[in-house]
Amino acid sequence: MNPEKVVFGFFIVLSLTLNFGFFVGEMDNPAHHHVYELFAVVVVNLIATVLKFGDRTQMGAVLLATSLVAVLQLLAAVLVWAWAEHIAGTGLTPVATASIVSLSGGAMLANVISVVLLVIETVMLRR
Amino acid sequence: MENIVFLAFRRMRRPLLTLILAYAVATLGLTLIPGQDADGNLWRMDFFHAFYFISFTATTIGFGEIPYEFTDAQRLWVMISLYGLVVVWFYAIGNLLSLVQDRAFQQAVTERRFARRIRRLREPFHLVCGYGETGTALVQTLTERHQHAVVIDIDPDRVNALKLENLREYVPALHGDAARPIHLLEAGLEHPLCQGVVALTNVNEVNLKVAITSKLLHPDIKVICRADSHDIEENMRSFGTDYVVDPFDTFATHLAMALHAPGLYVLQEWLAGRHHQPLQEPVYPPREGHWIVCGYGRFGRAVYGRLRQEGLEPVVVEATPEITGTPQGEYVTGRGTEAVTLEQAGIDQAVGLVAGTDDDANNLSIIMTAQALNPELFIVARQNLQENQRIFQAVQAQVVMHPSSIIANHIRVLLGTPMLYQFMSLAMHQQDSWACELVSRITAVLEDELPEVWEQPVDEEEAWAVSQALTQGQVVTLGDLLRNPRQRERTLPCIPLLLLRDGSWVTLPGEEMPLRTDDRILFCGRLVANRRMSWTLQNEHALNYVLTGEARAQGWIWRRLQRGAAENGNG
Repeated sequence: MNPEKVVFGFFIVLSLTLNFGFFVGEMDNPAHHHVYELFAVVVVNLIATVLKFGDRTQMGAVLLATSLVAVLQLLAAVLVWAWAEHIAGTGLTPVATASIVSLSGGAMLANVISVVLLVIETVMLRR
Repeated sequence: MENIVFLAFRRMRRPLLTLILAYAVATLGLTLIPGQDADGNLWRMDFFHAFYFISFTATTIGFGEIPYEFTDAQRLWVMISLYGLVVVWFYAIGNLLSLVQDRAFQQAVTERRFARRIRRLREPFHLVCGYGETGTALVQTLTERHQHAVVIDIDPDRVNALKLENLREYVPALHGDAARPIHLLEAGLEHPLCQGVVALTNVNEVNLKVAITSKLLHPDIKVICRADSHDIEENMRSFGTDYVVDPFDTFATHLAMALHAPGLYVLQEWLAGRHHQPLQEPVYPPREGHWIVCGYGRFGRAVYGRLRQEGLEPVVVEATPEITGTPQGEYVTGRGTEAVTLEQAGIDQAVGLVAGTDDDANNLSIIMTAQALNPELFIVARQNLQENQRIFQAVQAQVVMHPSSIIANHIRVLLGTPMLYQFMSLAMHQQDSWACELVSRITAVLEDELPEVWEQPVDEEEAWAVSQALTQGQVVTLGDLLRNPRQRERTLPCIPLLLLRDGSWVTLPGEEMPLRTDDRILFCGRLVANRRMSWTLQNEHALNYVLTGEARAQGWIWRRLQRGAAENGNG
């Protein structure tokens, strides 16, 4: 067992699960989407991205790409949140909440791809 | 390229992770610790302000406590996170800096930059492996003739020395092991403009490896190798190395030529000499009598062998005959720097002396002692290091031989004007008087500098007008080319040495010789002759004037234009 692989897999799966946790719930209801969860998703996704640095394989390159997509989507969500809450001063209206949640939904899709790739790689390794 | 990026990313992983975690913990802590707003109500900082505060605190900027004054609990947390974050920043930055200074990383960056520079070369170049004495001399003489070179050397100091050298052309240099194919490839071995590979390192095995690699990866190019032993030489020749140069043999041959054919020696010195050097007077070493050879290393042995072939019986002076071995004839143990050993070797009746040890100080000392004992001596000095040039000029030796530059010139001739090499090989079979006559002919066309030597192909590319005239059935002789295109009664200051036609050679072709397409002629003479002749070769009006003596009526404008162009072309 390679401890590096354990940490790697752990963060990839954790970023998906946390992302899912933030995503579920009514789309435009701020009560269903807690900001701390969004924070955790961003941090874990950043860590997962950095962990993928320096992998020379084709699989590593694709994994890094999906992670970068997820991080970009989440950063966009964070910006929308900061805008709604602090700059526009409107607070989390249903419109803002919906766009934050849908952006994180996109990130979740990227995370799903990451996990699928990870599973495929593992299966190929077993053969 | 990719290697470096991956290396950097890999090394940056840990510092980046530490940074992310430290920021996350500090920000999260600030949002969790209860604070107070301006009215004393319970207030928790939101992520936006927490991240803003941590961002400037971590970089020790400090805009104050915002948006409200902190409680003591918050201040405690800020203190802890401030120290933690600063340490983490230092760690991350230190890591990045150490990555930049890392030798492997820097080597990777340099190699990459070098390989890119080589790929972009747009002029033919020669790849020189090994930048020692000989490599330095070779690069110098190549660049003096505006030829390009690329250098690989295993010693970083030598590569740095090259960068400081004041060379005419830019010479890219790589610090790397020439025995590794990757370095040869980076240096442009497979580059379509790579003309030749010269392996000059002082390790035979490396030279052998370079030769094999070059012959396998780029079979068409010329490969020239230095080899110290006959075994290696045979080995190199076995897979088609074009030329193998043995520095000791080359030097000894040179010396022998100076002894038995002074005219030929001068000819060779002139034709293959360094650029823009004053002409030297021919020297006439005594061909019989008592000779002394100081030093019986690899050089001494080669010299001794050649002197014996010339029918001389030299006495050897060697400090450590138990290491170097002893010659068949007489020998004296000693360094030769003291009068006693030289006297034992019979300096008083000697006619010539070869100071051939591998130490310049010893050689100079030998020469000065010997001159004091016998002022009539003919002295051949071996100069090992280029930097000692001045002191060797000061000591009154009749012949100073710098083996590195002899070999460098030899290789430069092989690379640049292979016909000259052929010419010298043919000249070896001639009488010395033939050479002397040629030398005096060359002296007649020269001013006071060494002659230029160039190859002139007669083809569409290099001689458009002449090849057109030849295809139309006109007769152009070699003598026509030698006429001055401005004033046809005068001849250009150059001499045709050799003519190559269909694989056969004509030495010193006569002026009446008619030219044919795809002839190749070797000329020697002044550079101005080369420029003027290219006018005859390329311009049909100039050729017509040279052949018939009449300038065609071309109208006023044309004549003006042509005159202007002729002046430019000759300028």
